[in-house]
Amino acid sequence: MAASTTTGDFKVIGTRPIRPDGVDKVTGRAKFGADYAFPGMLHGKVLRSPHAHAIIKSIKIDKALKLPGVKAIVTSKDLPDAENKLEQAGEMTINPMYLSMNILAHDKVLYDGHAIAAVAATSPHIAEEALRLIEVEYEVLPPVMTVDVAMKPGAAILLKDLRNNEEGDKPTNVAQHFQFKRGDVAAGFKAADYVIEREFSTAMVHQGYIEPHNAVGIYNSDGQATIYCSTQGAFDVRSLSAYVLGMPVGKIKVVPAEIGGGFGGKTTIYLEPLSVLLSKKTGAPVKLVMSRSEVLRASGPTPGGKIKLKMGATRDGKLVAAEIWMAYEAGAFPGSPVAAGALCIIAPYLVENFQIDAYDVVVNRPKTNAYRAPGTTQAAFASETVIDELAEKCGIDPIDFRINNGVKEGSPQIMGPPFKRIGFIQTCEAIKNSPHYKSKLTGKFRGRGVASGFWFNAGMQSSASVNIHTDGTASVVTGSPDIGGSRASMAMITAEVLGMPMTDVRPITADTDSIGHTDVSAGSRVTFATGMAVYEAARDAVRQLIERAAKVWEKKPDEVEFRDGMLHAKGNGVPPMSIKQLAPRFPRTGGPITGRASVNARGVGPGFATTVVDVEVDPDTGKVQVLRCTIAQDAGKAIHPSYVEGQMQGGTAQGIGWALNEEYFYDDKGTLRNSGFLDYRIPTCLDLPMIETVIVEEANPGHPLGVRGVGEVSIVPPVAAVANAIYRAVGVRMTQAPMSPPRLLKAILKHRGAAQHSAAAD
Amino acid sequence: MPTVVIPALLRKFTGGVERAELPGRSIRELIRQLGEQFPGIDKQLLEDGDIRPSIAVSIDGEIATGGVLDTVAENSEVHFIPALGGGEV
Repeated sequence: MAASTTTGDFKVIGTRPIRPDGVDKVTGRAKFGADYAFPGMLHGKVLRSPHAHAIIKSIKIDKALKLPGVKAIVTSKDLPDAENKLEQAGEMTINPMYLSMNILAHDKVLYDGHAIAAVAATSPHIAEEALRLIEVEYEVLPPVMTVDVAMKPGAAILLKDLRNNEEGDKPTNVAQHFQFKRGDVAAGFKAADYVIEREFSTAMVHQGYIEPHNAVGIYNSDGQATIYCSTQGAFDVRSLSAYVLGMPVGKIKVVPAEIGGGFGGKTTIYLEPLSVLLSKKTGAPVKLVMSRSEVLRASGPTPGGKIKLKMGATRDGKLVAAEIWMAYEAGAFPGSPVAAGALCIIAPYLVENFQIDAYDVVVNRPKTNAYRAPGTTQAAFASETVIDELAEKCGIDPIDFRINNGVKEGSPQIMGPPFKRIGFIQTCEAIKNSPHYKSKLTGKFRGRGVASGFWFNAGMQSSASVNIHTDGTASVVTGSPDIGGSRASMAMITAEVLGMPMTDVRPITADTDSIGHTDVSAGSRVTFATGMAVYEAARDAVRQLIERAAKVWEKKPDEVEFRDGMLHAKGNGVPPMSIKQLAPRFPRTGGPITGRASVNARGVGPGFATTVVDVEVDPDTGKVQVLRCTIAQDAGKAIHPSYVEGQMQGGTAQGIGWALNEEYFYDDKGTLRNSGFLDYRIPTCLDLPMIETVIVEEANPGHPLGVRGVGEVSIVPPVAAVANAIYRAVGVRMTQAPMSPPRLLKAILKHRGAAQHSAAAD
Repeated sequence: MPTVVIPALLRKFTGGVERAELPGRSIRELIRQLGEQFPGIDKQLLEDGDIRPSIAVSIDGEIATGGVLDTVAENSEVHFIPALGGGEV
């Protein structure tokens, strides 16, 4: 279902062709990172810390090195010193010293699973056996697992060099404080008839991609290295590995393999520099593949944290003030997405008076990484629950409350400047008019909840080239690993501009030596920014086609037009010529045609989504079953609607998992107790209904095709929508996620006890 | 003149002033003017002659990409915000 406000007479864009990478994937021919094999290849394994927080007093590798089949062992002593300084690396701001410390622990281990040493051997089993022979002496320190503990005066300090922007030269676990303010908060609350104040907590959760991290590194004697790996950004793997290894960027080539899911989690490096380092020591290719347990213990989940939120509204339903305090668990090194969360938490609404204080806090957990709309789902859980409560106080339908307070073109963003053309209200109206919202939900212990979400979306750098082949078909080459069907959309954009069927365009994801710099596939940026580069590259090819046809016809280029895939000479008597007819004449008219473009894309259009969920709660067990779910999301323009719907459904499914089950569970020693998919439970098809979708198309004026980007915002509303639905089902306002059966049952029993106590008192 | 909106935590350098109208035509000029008017604030925004990696510049509601080289219009509004790309490491 689609509600489109975009215009445009498209022939390919907006259709639903079969994906070009489909056959290879269903036949098993697609090559994922772990599929790569080379003659003489060795296998690597990583020794990981059993402690959450400890000083490494010594590492002895002699016994392990003597094990037959073991070829090399590396520890942090094999890494060059890295600078303690912030650097820009693609989408990320990185501190090379912390990055290096995360790849291999230096003098301290900072979380359960922190890498200490890596072994290369002739088989994975020998490498694993060698890990058992490495002797590490630790001095165990108290683990700091939560923001509450980390922020307490006198808390154990994780990073001796860490200083923040407010406390001078004092060691701290608070890496940074962000603050955003507008208006007069005290006056705003004075004008409010209703004020709701709540404290929320959320758990650390993982992206749950099915394919574990992997890397094959080959270091040649000429000083050149090649890395084959599963990544969302080959260029980022190259630059980050260069920092860690102390190598020039130009000496590293990264070949992105097919990717089995990333969702933000594959935007950094873990195994890649280790594979190169071990290859350099042994002279052989070295492959490393994480186990599921390693993925959960030692890759980058999204943070849990705490949010205290106070909001006020007038009796007629106008939001007038908000005061927000939020702190996120960055993991062992600074860099949680708390600033993003702060800028998104009330972004869908016009609130004239607010103050948001946000803290990035290091704790003894794995360093967090991006996860769809980083930092925002946690934030929306708090704000969208309180907004639901305010709507109820005001006696206003929760969708109408959102529409009445919602931002539109010209409304100020949290950081001040006005929004350009946006589609938030349209997503609310699409849900309000959906068959789902119009249907009646009946039955005991059933409830319906709604929530909305905002995400910035990103632009950044992309390169593309469009090659016209000698038979008049084409290929489009980009540097964006395809994480959500982007090869289809790049081929479709090319086909649209060239006026040819999509099946005549072959899309390719190139390695870092074969295409211009392209930032990571993240931030919902690929269809927007790489799509912009592809659009421009295809237009560059068209310009060249016009020049060639003009040569053939002995006319000037401005006497030739290109429309509907045909070249037309102005004036009568010259029959039009197709690209297929012109292609054989390329050699006589100047040679091959390649359209090229590189962009640092401006004109990003932010994304909004609104979701409605029906649930049924089992009051005796606390188990929640999602009965029905519909999401409306503004895509700007859906290039391939099926893949847009797939992103909407995928993000919603992950959001429901976040709401109901998923959490990192650490014991009091800081050891992760659920490092497998049996105990870290992501939703299965038995847990979810078919998620209904409504694509809203409010064209982004900053993109030639109106594209916004659709990969992230769908994950923002579900946690709050489920919480609001649970409230309507059983009368309990949940302030802690996940709302797992034991946690919800406890809340139901408490609520029931309070109700019985109140009835007895009456 | 272009308006620079001072980030909340840097208003200690401006004595609480939230907005400053400055006669620059580039981000570099605006920061220089800002530093002259409110000593010390420019050092919070710059590192090695360009915008600090932890800071992004928003011009008229859009994240700019050119660092100190970006130009501004007569009525532009400039904000300095945290760089949001997935954090450190």
